[in-house]
Amino acid sequence: MRKILAALLIGAAAAAGAGAAMAQDGPLRIEIDQGVIEPLPYAVPDFVPETPAASEYAAQIARVIAADLSGTGLFREVPASAHISKVTGFDSPVKYADWKAVNAQALITGAVSVNGNQLTVRFRGHDVFAEKELGTGLQFNGTTDGWRRMAHKVADAVYSRITGESGYFDSRVVYVSESGPKNDRRKRLAVMDYDGANVQYLTNSASIVLAPRFSPSGDRVLYTSYESGFPQIHVLDVGQVQRKVLSSGDGTMSFAPRFAPDGRTIVYSQTQGGNTDLFSMDIQTGAKSRLTSAPSIETAPSFSPDGSQIVFESDRSGSQQLYVMPAGGGEARRISFGEGRYGTPVWSPRGDMIAFTKQNKGRFHIGVMRTDGGEERLLTASFLDEGPTWAPNGRVIMFTRESQGSAGRALLYSVDITGRNLKPVKTPDGASDPAWSPLQN
Amino acid sequence: MSSLKLAIAAVAVLGLAACSNNRWDDTANGGGVGAGAGIGAGALDPASPAYFQQTVGDRVLFLVDQSTLTPEAQGILQGQARWLTQNADYVVTIEGHADEQGTREYNLALGARRANAAREYLISQGVAGHRLKVVSYGKERPLEICSNEACYSKNRRAVTVLAGGLTG
Repeated sequence: MRKILAALLIGAAAAAGAGAAMAQDGPLRIEIDQGVIEPLPYAVPDFVPETPAASEYAAQIARVIAADLSGTGLFREVPASAHISKVTGFDSPVKYADWKAVNAQALITGAVSVNGNQLTVRFRGHDVFAEKELGTGLQFNGTTDGWRRMAHKVADAVYSRITGESGYFDSRVVYVSESGPKNDRRKRLAVMDYDGANVQYLTNSASIVLAPRFSPSGDRVLYTSYESGFPQIHVLDVGQVQRKVLSSGDGTMSFAPRFAPDGRTIVYSQTQGGNTDLFSMDIQTGAKSRLTSAPSIETAPSFSPDGSQIVFESDRSGSQQLYVMPAGGGEARRISFGEGRYGTPVWSPRGDMIAFTKQNKGRFHIGVMRTDGGEERLLTASFLDEGPTWAPNGRVIMFTRESQGSAGRALLYSVDITGRNLKPVKTPDGASDPAWSPLQN
Repeated sequence: MSSLKLAIAAVAVLGLAACSNNRWDDTANGGGVGAGAGIGAGALDPASPAYFQQTVGDRVLFLVDQSTLTPEAQGILQGQARWLTQNADYVVTIEGHADEQGTREYNLALGARRANAAREYLISQGVAGHRLKVVSYGKERPLEICSNEACYSKNRRAVTVLAGGLTG
C-alpha cells in the first residue's frame, strides 16, 4: 500500500475514514515504477446504446475495456453486481456518492451509436473521490468490424491518464503458430490483437517459419522461411499479405532479421562457411554491408530506438554474451557479465533497457538490464523461456515458454518489467516467437 | 577397430529409427533417390543410398555446444568419404542440428558450425567441395523428443543427406 503514490491514497483513506494527515491534493494516479501492490478499483458499467443497433456493442465494449485494465494487474474492477447506480444517459450527472459507496476510485462511462457500419464510441473518465472528470471526454469513430480496437483505444486513454504512461492495448502481435508433436511440428505465421483476439494466418505451414518482426510502422513483417530449402529472409506486407524474398544466394543461410527505426534498413545474420556474422541491408536498393567479421557466432541483432547502436549476442568470449556496437559496425562493448549465457537481446522502445534470454544451471530466464549492463533483473524462470518482445510502452514483455518432455509445447506469456503479472496469452494453438507491434494509429 | 564398428552399427540403427519416424528426412531425400528402398530387402547393394544410410552411417553426433568432431565422428565421415568417392554421381546436403537447450538463433548458427565441420572433414578426405552443401535446422527438427540427455545426444547431429545425381 505504501508503494502506491500518495495521491492514490486519498481515495483509499477517504473510503476507510482514515485521518486527514494522509490526504494530499493531486490527480488520481498510479506510479508504475514503484511496483503496484494494491490494484486501483474502478467501475466500467455497460456503455449506453444510443441507437438500436448499438446495443450489442455497448456491453461488449465495456467488457473489453475491463479485460484490458484488469489484465495489467494495476486495476481491479468493481463488478456490475455491486453497482448501485445505473448509467442511463451519457450526459446524465454522475452520482458520485453511489460509486464512492462501492469504493470505485475511477469510473468510466460511455455511449455507443451505430449508423450503417459506422461505429461511434464516446467516453469519459471520472475521478470518483475528487468528484470530477479525469481529463476530457473523447470520441472515436470507426467501423463496426473494428469495435474491439475502439474499446482498446478507450482503455489506452484511461490507462494513460491514470499511469502517466502511454498505453499498449491497441496493438497487435505477430507470432509463429505451432501444431503437431515436437518431432513433426508445423509452423505458420499468424497475427492477432495483443489480447489474442482476431487471429489471422499469414502463411501456410508447408515450410518452417521463424521469428517474425514488425516494421516500425507495423505495416510489414520480416521473418525467416525455409521455403527454398535454406533459411532466407522474407518481408511480408501485413495488409496485402504479399511477400518477397530479401536475401538470396543458394546455399547461404540468412536469419534473425530486424528493422532499423528508419523502416528501410534491416540487420540480420548470414552464415558462410559455417561462420555466422552480422550484416545490414537497404531493402529498397538491396545494398548490403558487413558489420562483423569474427570466427565466432554473431546473431540476434536489435537496434536502439534512435538507430545509432545495435545490441547483439556473440560467443567470441567462449560463451553466448551480449554486446553493443555502433549501427555501422565497429568496436563492440560487452554488457553482460553475470553467471550463465545471454542471448536474444532486444532494445526497449523507450531506449532505457535491454530485455534478454538468460540460460543458467539448466534453467531459462527472461530478464532486463540497463543498456550498459547494469541493474540486471530476472523476471521469469522455467525449463525454457526465450525470445522477449516489448509492449509499445516498454512496460510489459511477451515471450515464448516451452514445456518439457515429449508432450512439450510452446505458448506465449507476458510479464511486467517489475516481474509481476506473469500470465499466458490466449492463442488457438501452440505459439512461439512473438513480436509486438507499435501502437496502432 | 571393434569399437569403431560398434559405433557405426549404433548409428546405423539410429538411422533406421530416424527414417521410420521423421518425415523431413524423407522429404529431404526427395529428388528420386529412393532412400530406404533397400530396407528389409536383405543384403543391401553397397552402391545404394540405403547402404550409405544404414551401413556407412549417415550422421555424426556432437557434445553439448560443440562442433568439434569426435574420433567416432571422424571414423564415420571417413566411411562417408570413401562411399562418396566410389559413388561420384551423388551430391549431398549436410544438415546440422542442435538440441533444444539453447536459444533459437544461436542454435541455427551452432547447427551451421556442425554441418560445416562435417563438410570440411569430407573435403579433407578427398570429396569435392562443390558436391557438399550445408544447411542448419537449429533446434527445429529434433529426432528424439524427450527432454534429457538420452534424447539431446541424438539430436545434436550432422546428417549427410544424398540429394540427387550430379547433372552436367
